[in-house]
Formats: sequence, C-alpha cells, structure tokens
Amino acid sequence: MSALDFGYMWSLVPILLSYVPLTLFMALVGMAFALVLASAMAVERVFRVPVLDHFVRLFISFFRGTPLLVQLFLFYYGLPQVLSFMSGINGVSATIMGLTLHFSAYMAESIRAAIMGVDRSQWEAAQAVGMTQGQMMRQIILPQAARVAAPTLVNYFIDMIKGTSLAFTLGVTELMGATQKEAAGSFLYFEAFLVVAAIYWIMVEALAFGQRHLEVYLNKAHAR
Amino acid sequence: MTSPSGIAISDLNKAFGDTHVLKDISLEIAPGERVVVIGPSGTGKSTLLRSLNFLDRPDSGTIRVGDLSVDAAKASRGDILALRRRTSFVFQNYALFANKTARENITQALITVQGKSTADANARADAILRETGLADKANSYPAALSGGQQQRVGIGRAMALDADLMLFDEPTSALDPEWVGEVLDLMRRVAEKRQTMLIVTHEMQFAREIADRIIFMDGGHIVEQGPPSQLLEAPQDPRTKAFLRRVV
Ligand SMILES: Nc1ncnc2c1ncn2[C@@H]1O[C@H](COP(=O)(O)OP(=O)(O)OP(=O)(O)O)[C@@H](O)[C@H]1O
Ligand SMILES: [Mg+2]
Repeated sequence: MSALDFGYMWSLVPILLSYVPLTLFMALVGMAFALVLASAMAVERVFRVPVLDHFVRLFISFFRGTPLLVQLFLFYYGLPQVLSFMSGINGVSATIMGLTLHFSAYMAESIRAAIMGVDRSQWEAAQAVGMTQGQMMRQIILPQAARVAAPTLVNYFIDMIKGTSLAFTLGVTELMGATQKEAAGSFLYFEAFLVVAAIYWIMVEALAFGQRHLEVYLNKAHAR
Repeated sequence: MTSPSGIAISDLNKAFGDTHVLKDISLEIAPGERVVVIGPSGTGKSTLLRSLNFLDRPDSGTIRVGDLSVDAAKASRGDILALRRRTSFVFQNYALFANKTARENITQALITVQGKSTADANARADAILRETGLADKANSYPAALSGGQQQRVGIGRAMALDADLMLFDEPTSALDPEWVGEVLDLMRRVAEKRQTMLIVTHEMQFAREIADRIIFMDGGHIVEQGPPSQLLEAPQDPRTKAFLRRVV
C-alpha cells in the first residue's frame, strides 16, 4: 500500500468545494417542496378526503416502494419519451423532482404520525373556542406536530443531501460527478473519494449542529 | 318583537353505537342562570355538555342559544361554528394549548376567531390574567404551571370569549385537593357576574352556594331538578335520594 497523496487531496478541496452550492441547492429546493407536499398529504391522510385519499395512498406507496435511482431514471430518461412537455427536462430539475417526490412520501407518513400524536384535548380545545379546521391545524396542531416530527425530518434532509449524489447518474456534474472526473484524470480514486466523503460528512455534521438548536427552539414551550 | 334570549335545548338524543346516552333531553336556561348538573358516573353529563357545542355530535334535537337555533340532525359546518362561537368550554383536564403561553391561550381565539387586533386581545388577556391572579404568569407555557394555575387560565380563556353560555365539565376533578379552592373561588367570581353557566361538578357545597338550579341526571334522563334547597334537602325521586345519600 502506498502512502496517501496529501498534496493532491489538498488541491482537490477548493475544486470540489465549488460544487457544494449546487448540492445544497438541489437538497434545499427539494426539501422545501417536499415539506409542502408532505404536509399537504399528511393533513389529507388525517382527514381522509374521499377519492383524494386513494391517490395519496397510491402515491406514498409507489414512492416508498421503489428505489430513488429507479425513480430518477424514470423521470429523466423515461417520462420525456411519453410526455412531450418533459422533453426539455435537465438533470438538475429531474433530480430535484425525484428527491421531492421520493422524500415527500416518507415525510408525509412521519408528519401524519406526529399529527395523530397531538393530544385529543388540543383538537377539542381548538374546536371549542370556535376555530375553523384550517385555523386549528395552522395555529395549534401542526406547530405541536412539528416539534415531534422535526428530528425525523432533519434525518430525511440529511438523506436528501446524500441523495443529490445520484444526479451524477443523470449526467449532472455535481459534487460526486466532479469527483469522478477528477479521479479518472489522476487515477487517485482513493484520495479523491476520501475528500468527497469528508465534504459530505462535514455538511451533515454542520446540519446536526443546527438540528440541536432547532430542537431547543421547538421545545421551549415544554421546558419547566 | 324581541329576539329570543337564553338557552333552549329540546329532545336532544345522542348514542355511541348501541349505547343510547342522551334520551330526549329538554332543558331551558334563562339568561344569567347558573345551572349545576349532578348524577352518577357514566350517566351522560359530559356527553350533554359536549353535545351542546358539537364536540360530540348529537343525533337529533334542537339547540337554541339566543337567536341561533340549530337542528342537530341537519347541522352544517357553519351552524356548528356559530354554536361554538356562542359558547365556551372549560375542560376537566384544562386542555390549554401546549404551544402557547398563558396570555396567548387567552388571545388566540380573540384574534383568530373574533378578529380582534393583537393590541385589543392583549389588553383583554392582561385584564383577565389580573382577575385570575396570574398576571405574573402571562408568558409561562402550560407545562410550567400548576394544575390550579392551568385551570384558572382555562377558565380565563373561556371568560374572554364573552359567550352566551359557559360550559364547565368537572373543572376541579383532575386537580390535587390543594388547588381546588382557588379554582372554585374563580368560578364564584364568574357566577357573581350573572354569566349563564352550565356546570357539571361533584362539589356539592359549591353547587349549593352558586346554583340557581340543580339538575339530577341518571341513565341519560333528567330525573329531577329544582333550586338547591329543594333538590338537595327534599329530593322526590328515589334515584335522587339514593345518589345524594352516597355523595353528601
Ligand atoms: N366517545 C365515546 N364513545 C363511546 N362511548 C362513549 C363515548 N363517550 C362517552 N361514552 C359513553 O357514554 C356514556 C356517558 O358518558 P359520559 O362521559 O357522558 O358520562 P358522565 O356522566 O360524564 O360520567 P362521569 O361522571 O364519569 O364523567 C358512558 O357509558 C360512556 O361510556
Ligand atoms: Mg363526565
């Protein structure tokens, strides 16, 4: 075994870091869309809207039941063949779409469970003071459910950041794709992937740090 | 012609599956009247109160609060909201909004339901917090309050709504004995304002003091009713007598 080429690794750092914004962009946009979609589906699942409920359950079942990679290929390579308006889709959009739909299916189930876990007294009190269903959900139920769901949702966000690396398979030169190119040029695969692993790891650790602050904030109503 | 006032409940029925809990309950309450409901466990006292604001949806009957009359069998979402906005409810387990401070618990409905400005709602909440002796707890969350304090906020939240009818479902039953007194004192102050109240309680001494009328319920029926002196001292029905022998 030969020694690691630290000089090469160090020289890769600024090159790979320049791809971090694209990775974060895909993960953040995907997370934002997924949160909205997942909340809407979770509320639907709680109230079981007739007809719509069947579609939501089918959606959740499909996107949880198939691999993310398969879904990405379906959106990027498959759908443009049957839907003409999809023909111009680029790899970044297809990745964001795939991440959104895939993770919203998981997140909908966690948010639904968190909503169902809010004590019955909270629903009844909101109803008793005359709130509409929308007011009750926005003001009382969802904020309390958010506190319960937050740690799980942050975990999904972490998975999503790592999931952006699959964009590489759609030909996007993002963090993973760039690493692959660098390594193919230098043949120093171990060094290159070690650097990219460290970059992902540091991003996730930074997020975990933020998570602890988020939890303190969300728990402030429960401190004695 | 004057618009109707007070409360009128007629032929109210409610079943949970095969259990027929409320059987043709009819009841009128005059404005400012304070009515206490007593009766054995499982007899439908909570269900009666919860049917009046549709926390439990009654199967049939009509509920009139002031000039709003709702036919239970045909009640729309709008009817239910209107009814809830004319009543207020104090829960046995307080049911304070866990994500809101004491003050926000009181202002929440004033702002979102009644459309008051935040400044007006806060002024009202602060007046109520002073009245309930909780001015220093305005910014505390429910988790940081004692049971007695939580229930006083619960009553304050209901007071703030200025409802035509205040419903109390065993407001002191979940409390440690040390906190019962302060909650009953607050309810006495509410009663002194001639607020229309319908109260389920096991506190007989308190009922005797503040009630204009006591209703004895058993098996989903109103068995007997009258002023405290009459119902407590000279009950007519054997079921009332048997119940009072057990609790007094
Ligand atoms: N959600 C429900 N589903 C099924 N049965 C119910 C429900 N709520 C109440 N019941 C039943 O209805 C009956 C009346 O209950 P209710 O709570 O109104 O009695 P209560 O007079 O308030 O008794 P307590 O003094 O114990 O509070 C009981 O037999 C109870 O088991
Ligand atoms: Mg009860």
